[in-house]
Amino acid sequence: MAGRANIPTNNSALIAVIADEDTVTGFLMAGVGNVDLRKKTNYLLVDNKTTVKQIEDAFKEFTAREDIAIVLISQYIANMIRFLVDSYNKPVPAILEIPSKDHPYDPAHDSVLSRVKYLFSSESVASERR
Amino acid sequence: MAGQNQRLNVVPTVTMLGVMKARLVGATRGHALLKKKSDALTVQFRAILKKIVAAKESMGDTMRASSFSLAEAKYVAGDGVRHVVLQSVRAASVRVRSHQENVAGVKLPKFTHFVDPAAASGGPSNASPSLTGLARGGQQVAACRAAHVKAIEVLVELASLQTSFLTLDEAIKTTNRRVNALENVVKPRIENTISYIKAELDELEREDFFRLKKIQGYKKREIERQMANAKLFAEEQLAEELALKRGISVGAAANLLVAGGEKDDDIIF
Repeated sequence: MAGRANIPTNNSALIAVIADEDTVTGFLMAGVGNVDLRKKTNYLLVDNKTTVKQIEDAFKEFTAREDIAIVLISQYIANMIRFLVDSYNKPVPAILEIPSKDHPYDPAHDSVLSRVKYLFSSESVASERR
Repeated sequence: MAGQNQRLNVVPTVTMLGVMKARLVGATRGHALLKKKSDALTVQFRAILKKIVAAKESMGDTMRASSFSLAEAKYVAGDGVRHVVLQSVRAASVRVRSHQENVAGVKLPKFTHFVDPAAASGGPSNASPSLTGLARGGQQVAACRAAHVKAIEVLVELASLQTSFLTLDEAIKTTNRRVNALENVVKPRIENTISYIKAELDELEREDFFRLKKIQGYKKREIERQMANAKLFAEEQLAEELALKRGISVGAAANLLVAGGEKDDDIIF
């Protein structure tokens, strides 16, 4: 079966954040941020000077890391690397799109909910089998 | 794919017929079980879907609340609060525990968040909760932190639901694939094999029957012929005896008349 042995039981995994300054500040204040000995952080502050390549690299790094269980990414940033986000299909870490201050939440672009829309159309798994 | 209903290549014996029937029973039961599993998974799937939609709504609300409180904190404590926070990040105090739950036979991941007390309250390395906003706006900063922690709770819940959703999706697709395979490929093949074996067995039986009948026919004919020969012989014997009693030999007379005539010079007809 899919995912038979690839969800390790982790007792203290981190939450990664890729968002704009205010959102990251807020989460860091709540205590999500982690800097380890090699100065590797689990967050990426995205402003208008950050390139798409940097965002892609950070995303790939966060999803490859074993100790990160959830990646929070602002929706407008996710739109910039939409193809990477959509082609990601591992169960862990989970990718969650969050709204940001100036970009309210748009369910049409969310990679998970768009699958849901597709599910309620006529050729899918959940609506009718066969 | 459905048109290729071949059969398996087997030797058409009675044992094989038994084996094939057992396999058909197994395939039928497996098919029914898998369908039930697929239905159970689909029910779970829809339930999770509903929860996800609800959770996304509430996430939007909590995020909005937390960014309001952040704006308040920034307004009161000054804009420099960002830098203080960024500087004082050490070890994460909010962490996530992941474990697996078994739902209808599928292992779904579940995340629970918890606050690591060692990092939160401990030592000199993690001074961020206490030093931010020390100058002014401490209350707003504390409120902001509380709002964000609540947002994180909702987000962890949502992430958990999302991964379960994706895993269930995969599982349902696999199960449905197996159900369809059983229904459209395996069972027709086994059924074809069974009918082939039955047909071959019938034909063998017919062959046997035919051969038996043929042999019986031969035997009967043999017996009849022998009886006819015996009767003929017996009749000839009888005729000979009668003729000898009268003084002539019928056989000899016939020979004289028919075949002997050409060879015997004494007879001039």
